[in-house]
Amino acid sequence: MVRLIGFAAGIVFVFVLALAALAPREASVPDPTEEFHEHPEDIHWSWEGPMGLGVFGGFDKAQLQRGFKVYREVCSSCHSLKRVAFRNLEDLGFNEAEVKVIAEEWPIEVPAVNPDTGEATTQPATASDRFPLVYPNEVAARAANNNAAPPDMSLLAKSREGGADYIHALITGYEPVPAEFPQDRVQESLHYNPQFHSLWIAMPPQLSDGLVTYDDGTEATVDQMGRDVAAFLYWAAEPKLEQRKAMGLGVIIFLIGFSVFAYLAYRKVWADVKSANVGGPGTRSQVDDKGLHARGPGERG
Amino acid sequence: MSFGWAKPYEPKTDLGRWFDERLPVPRMVWNSLGGGYEVPKNINYFWNFGVLAGVALVIQIATGVVLAMHYAANTDIAFQSVEHIMRDINYGWLLRYMHANGASFFFIVVYIHIWRGLWYGSYKAPRELVWMLGLVIFLLMMATAFMGYVLPWGQMSFWGATVITNLFSAIPVVGDTIVTFLLGGFAVDNATLNRFFSLHFLLPFVIAGVVMLKIWALHIPGSNNPTGVEVKGPADTVPFHPYFTAKDGFGLGIYLIVFSIFLFFLPNYLGHPDNYIEANALSTPAHIVPEWYFWPFYAILRAFTVDFILPAKLWGVLAMFSAIILLFFLPWLDKSAVKSMKYRPQMKLWMYVLLVDLAILSYCGGAPAEEPFVRISQIAAIYYFAHFLIILPIVSARETPLPLPNSIAEAVLKGKESTGAPAGAPDTGAAAQPAE
Amino acid sequence: MATADDAVNQAVTDKDDGVRRRDFIYIATGAFAGVGAVAAIWPFVDQMNPSADVLALASVEVDVAPIAVGQGIKVSWRGKPVFIRHLTEREIAEAQAVDVASLRDPATFDERTQEGHRQYLIQIGVCTHLGCIPMGVADGEPKGDYDGYFCPCHGSHYDSAGRIRKGPAPKNLVLPDYEFTSKTNVRIG
Repeated sequence: MVRLIGFAAGIVFVFVLALAALAPREASVPDPTEEFHEHPEDIHWSWEGPMGLGVFGGFDKAQLQRGFKVYREVCSSCHSLKRVAFRNLEDLGFNEAEVKVIAEEWPIEVPAVNPDTGEATTQPATASDRFPLVYPNEVAARAANNNAAPPDMSLLAKSREGGADYIHALITGYEPVPAEFPQDRVQESLHYNPQFHSLWIAMPPQLSDGLVTYDDGTEATVDQMGRDVAAFLYWAAEPKLEQRKAMGLGVIIFLIGFSVFAYLAYRKVWADVKSANVGGPGTRSQVDDKGLHARGPGERG
Repeated sequence: MSFGWAKPYEPKTDLGRWFDERLPVPRMVWNSLGGGYEVPKNINYFWNFGVLAGVALVIQIATGVVLAMHYAANTDIAFQSVEHIMRDINYGWLLRYMHANGASFFFIVVYIHIWRGLWYGSYKAPRELVWMLGLVIFLLMMATAFMGYVLPWGQMSFWGATVITNLFSAIPVVGDTIVTFLLGGFAVDNATLNRFFSLHFLLPFVIAGVVMLKIWALHIPGSNNPTGVEVKGPADTVPFHPYFTAKDGFGLGIYLIVFSIFLFFLPNYLGHPDNYIEANALSTPAHIVPEWYFWPFYAILRAFTVDFILPAKLWGVLAMFSAIILLFFLPWLDKSAVKSMKYRPQMKLWMYVLLVDLAILSYCGGAPAEEPFVRISQIAAIYYFAHFLIILPIVSARETPLPLPNSIAEAVLKGKESTGAPAGAPDTGAAAQPAE
Repeated sequence: MATADDAVNQAVTDKDDGVRRRDFIYIATGAFAGVGAVAAIWPFVDQMNPSADVLALASVEVDVAPIAVGQGIKVSWRGKPVFIRHLTEREIAEAQAVDVASLRDPATFDERTQEGHRQYLIQIGVCTHLGCIPMGVADGEPKGDYDGYFCPCHGSHYDSAGRIRKGPAPKNLVLPDYEFTSKTNVRIG
């Protein structure tokens, strides 16, 4: 009965699926802009370690500090970093006093309440504050930016396919519109960027050579700034990377040690059974002699 | 609960005896995981996955309970509370990555465990209820994983919840009412998040309860083995402890190494970048997919694209649920008296096809809903249903199995090709009646 | 690990050389498992400790100029109330007149206030008995038998300098770390 009902159900499903599989497909309209897409360059980041395996390798603090400078002087006028706190900047090699100054001098103040009147006001940030929002809410962000809200950058490197590679590629990827690009697909109010999923991005090109003056004397080329800010944003998204990898190495080495001994123990425990098998089923009693499991031959079922 | 020759529990100390007479928990452990549980000695590494599934469940519950100490089930702060765990809580990043990757690994283990059951016929008499309880656990796991994925309140959380709850809108007449009821509103919102959190916390303990029942049911007939021949005598078995505690210890080490590679070096490999964007009810990501472990079923859901009497959407939902429900009937769909595919030359080939088919369905489920993936998944879905509902019943009734060994002990002694039982003879393990 | 124990017992009865090796393997495996289990528990315990953001919580700046003589305010600092009271001449005199040796938790008035700002008594407003908030800092609240603070939970009386005088509390009200950044501005923490 089960088989009959099952058979019937199977025939029905197969039939309906076959109808669907055989149904003619509507010809898909090819997208004439498809060919203009480019893929991010695969960059070897400091945290990818030797051979890019990602086993070793942490952050390059000098690079993170440079990237932070790019963020502060370029990105932060539109993009917030609301899940990162100023105190986290100590990870970049800043000391406590420097962090305090960075927080106090941050161009946007943090919300506060006037203790006398209870009115909403602002006050300079402290090390324990998170980076203040640039716009009070998404509507304001849209209104100020041609209806495209600049995304918060705290998790940008983890929320985009390609991570830091993509961020570097996008920020350095602006190009003039190719001559062969279909004219009817040009979007005047946006900017052409072959790295962007729709090719047209609301953010204007930001970087130009020498835009930022690095404290460590590194030449501030567009590519260099793109790399540095992408590395900084990778840290912002995954600040525990170094602890994670260090712990991972220790744990795995420990587990390999455990597994080796566990395997040896397993072989030892089974040595009796394996040798007993050579003599045939009847030799089971030899195992019993060692006290592992007492059992008389008469008990055999 | 075991074979007559199993060594009974003997308390070693007076305290142990005192305890055993009043609350025989040590005796229960001894009989289920200790020296009192006799296990076929020929079981291979595939049999490690039952214990590993238990370990995975424990890891999920342990990490989940501590994550719940920091998580806030409120749409305003859920996402931030997860980031707070990742950035500020001591070892929060470790616990959260353990929980997220632990879910994936739980499914990996369980899928291998299920495949083991299919391959060696563990679903057959006398273990039908063991199989069905396992499927109940699988369904509970899917529900738990789905609701858990909503909790971080990322874009994939939100839109996954929206799409999956909207499946119920395919039900005629009352569909929309049911969806509104499930969501506690007209869209996925705070009410939804709160009930999902509550149920996500509850269900793992229900799973643990069903696991107890399943172990109980398993210990009546005892474990299956790669020959599928039931235990006939003491020469066929060894006690669980120390033989399989040792083997499981080794298996656990290997499992934890693989788990650690993902946990510490590829923690986001199995996740989706879009879930690091906070949920936005006004914008759907370009390409939404469920977690990888739902891909085969998602492919079946999407394979139904043609209205035929019923709307395509309803067909998809029916088929997706049927794809799992039909497994409950497997013990009766499969007529063969032989359990292990080792001795079923024809069915074995179909099983290989099924394995490839599942891989194709998985891939298509994760791919965008466009050609050629839609057509490929339609063909693959045809095979899935045909395999279980048409091919299996027919082939199992007609195939000629290879000769079975007389006993496990004989099979172990390289007696595989020797004097077998008559082909296809029922093997109920009558010689080894379980003791009460 | 029970595997090791069992096997060790067994090994004891054996005498051949292979057994020593076996012995070692079982003990090593058990040791690995034990150490691993204990180490794995630590993150589950440590997550309960205060998180990085809590530890980094800001200090509080308070302008004490608006507090009139004889008045007090409560300020929230690290989730606890801080009492800031502008003491009257009488209260200061009372506090200074007490024989310190007779106190349960001896402390002079000068030890409980800061040089140049003696009129401001700044203390954590949490009863040292079991953590209730004593009354007495706001106008109209009972001030207890010693013209200071009275904890209603179990009847502890503190004097005008916040020292325990009567009742179950073992210690004086705790003083937070604070610093006057100007004549009337104080930073707590």
